[in-house]
Amino acid sequence: MPFLAEINWRLFLTVSLNGLTLAALYFVVASGFTLIFGLMRVVNMAHGSLYLLGAYVGYEVSVATGSWGAALVCGAAAAAGVGVLLQFAFFGWMHGQDLRQALVAIGISIVLADLMLAHWGGTTYQLDLPAMFRSFTPIPVIHRYPTARLLLIGLAALIGLGLWLLLTRTRLGILIRAGVDDRGMLEALGINVPLVFLGVFAIGGALAGLAGVIGGSVLSISPGEDARYLLSSLIVVIVGGMGSILGAAIGAMLVAMAETYGLAYTPTYGIVYTFIVMVAVLAIRPRGLLGRAA
Amino acid sequence: MKPRFRLAAWIGGLGLLVAYPLAANDFWVQHVGGRTLGFGTIALSLVFLAAYTGMLSLAQMTVAGVAGYALAYCTAPIGGVAALLPWPAATLVALGCAVLASLAIGFVAVRTEGIYTLMITLAIAMGFYYLTLQNYVLFNGFDGFTQVPAPVVLGIAFERPRPFYYLCLAVAAACFVWVRTIVATPFGLALQALRDNPRRLRALGYPIGTLRVLAFGVAGLIAGLGGVLNVWLNASISPGSVGIDSTIDLLIAAVLGGLRRPAGAYAGAFVFTVVQSFAIKFVDPERFNTVIGLVFIAVVVFSPDGLIGMWSAIRRAARTATFKSGTVDPQATRDGGQTKKAGGNTHVHSQ
Repeated sequence: MPFLAEINWRLFLTVSLNGLTLAALYFVVASGFTLIFGLMRVVNMAHGSLYLLGAYVGYEVSVATGSWGAALVCGAAAAAGVGVLLQFAFFGWMHGQDLRQALVAIGISIVLADLMLAHWGGTTYQLDLPAMFRSFTPIPVIHRYPTARLLLIGLAALIGLGLWLLLTRTRLGILIRAGVDDRGMLEALGINVPLVFLGVFAIGGALAGLAGVIGGSVLSISPGEDARYLLSSLIVVIVGGMGSILGAAIGAMLVAMAETYGLAYTPTYGIVYTFIVMVAVLAIRPRGLLGRAA
Repeated sequence: MKPRFRLAAWIGGLGLLVAYPLAANDFWVQHVGGRTLGFGTIALSLVFLAAYTGMLSLAQMTVAGVAGYALAYCTAPIGGVAALLPWPAATLVALGCAVLASLAIGFVAVRTEGIYTLMITLAIAMGFYYLTLQNYVLFNGFDGFTQVPAPVVLGIAFERPRPFYYLCLAVAAACFVWVRTIVATPFGLALQALRDNPRRLRALGYPIGTLRVLAFGVAGLIAGLGGVLNVWLNASISPGSVGIDSTIDLLIAAVLGGLRRPAGAYAGAFVFTVVQSFAIKFVDPERFNTVIGLVFIAVVVFSPDGLIGMWSAIRRAARTATFKSGTVDPQATRDGGQTKKAGGNTHVHSQ
């Protein structure tokens, strides 16, 4: 068929892999966001700030120690700590007032963004990856592709698997799932629900921080990224359904692919496709693809 | 006696606003007064939706931006991006675009409820920002439009501080009265019933989706008017005007004033504008966002109904105290009314 020959397969495959990379990153950020919402109904509008904070802390640690692993751990820990602090200081006692929680989170994201700008300035940073990931991997048709990006896809798959194991195979996961279904009953069974909430905020924050360090290594870190990843998290969970990890994976895939293909083939309308996906999903399933009634 | 006093207070308040340019310099007239009224009108569209329909929309700055971009596209041609129209036609096109955009946003947003509305409208707002940034065919990308002229009507140039202020005052007053009128109509009452109990209203046979979309249409016209004033004030529009910062600024102003009453929009816009204009003297201008963010958090935590809520609480407390002591001071009340009325008589339409 003549039209098949006209397609630039190399471009198409490269763009597809780029989309997959972005989907991996979106999934890691959005999975923390959706986990927090699923259990606590808190729309953490400061999630993008946690991403950016993790990235910056990771950068500092990697400069100081030269170890990428330490950067990963410290970035995740810093974001987790701030997440726990937010739940402890604000969201906890506002339980049930979802709009107020969202507004406070917006206020916190403004302050955090400004303080981070004050400390790290407008410069763009990038973390140094270990040497073994700085190479290229040979792939048919497109010849070679950065190993770091493939690593990111692998890491996202690992994190997804880890979350699935955590939620289905551990006691904490069982408590979390029980809390999503019937919080009152869980409390009645004598579980310290506020403590579980703190734990979930720690996990959600850690996922944002982890994504920050990974994103800061494979892509880059700069002010404004917080808003970008908040937006992607919002759209991913709106598309995938709030509170569902699998939904976040599907949503991340759809959104990232729409964005990447859109930018590659119609550069000035890239973002429009993302919204077409969102509107189309909302038209068919107002609660997202895998969303359930609250 | 009660309604008469209230009427006097309204007339007095309007009188003060009309007389304000006599006592203030150009900066206060244009960049505090005019800006407050224009920005406040956009905030009014947000407060209208929040107070009477229960939907908190973060896409109101976007709707204002749609009007602003349409106006700039039609009156300030840049390179290949242009379609020159006379200003009345351009303004109509801008308002039409704003209403259509708002209806479209409403159409998407009303499929969901509560916190989801907030998320979806925020997503739409940020999506529009990235679109204006990426797109050069319609939005001229990063640079946007500059040198958008404010109109000149019968020799009055609206780019000058005082004419601009009165234009803003007229538009703001019209929108304010319109909102207060709408909420007393059957349509407005249905919206409030919808806010309080959608299920019951649906059972009564009201098309609740259509009502919500129409409310977005009303808010769209108000936001569009505010957006037009904003463009004439700044003489330019760029992605920054519809970016996350502007979106959040609008939310901050509305929450500061209070999301329960239309007057809150203007009160919040005034406080926000004054703080923004003068914070430079007290804090490092670079750290303005930290200050305003902390104020915002404080308001949400301590006084969720904002300044208007605080004001009502003080008035209630004062009234209770007055009733308790049994000494209503009629002299003070009458004096207050008369002083304000005197202000009301000094209309300055000759300007």
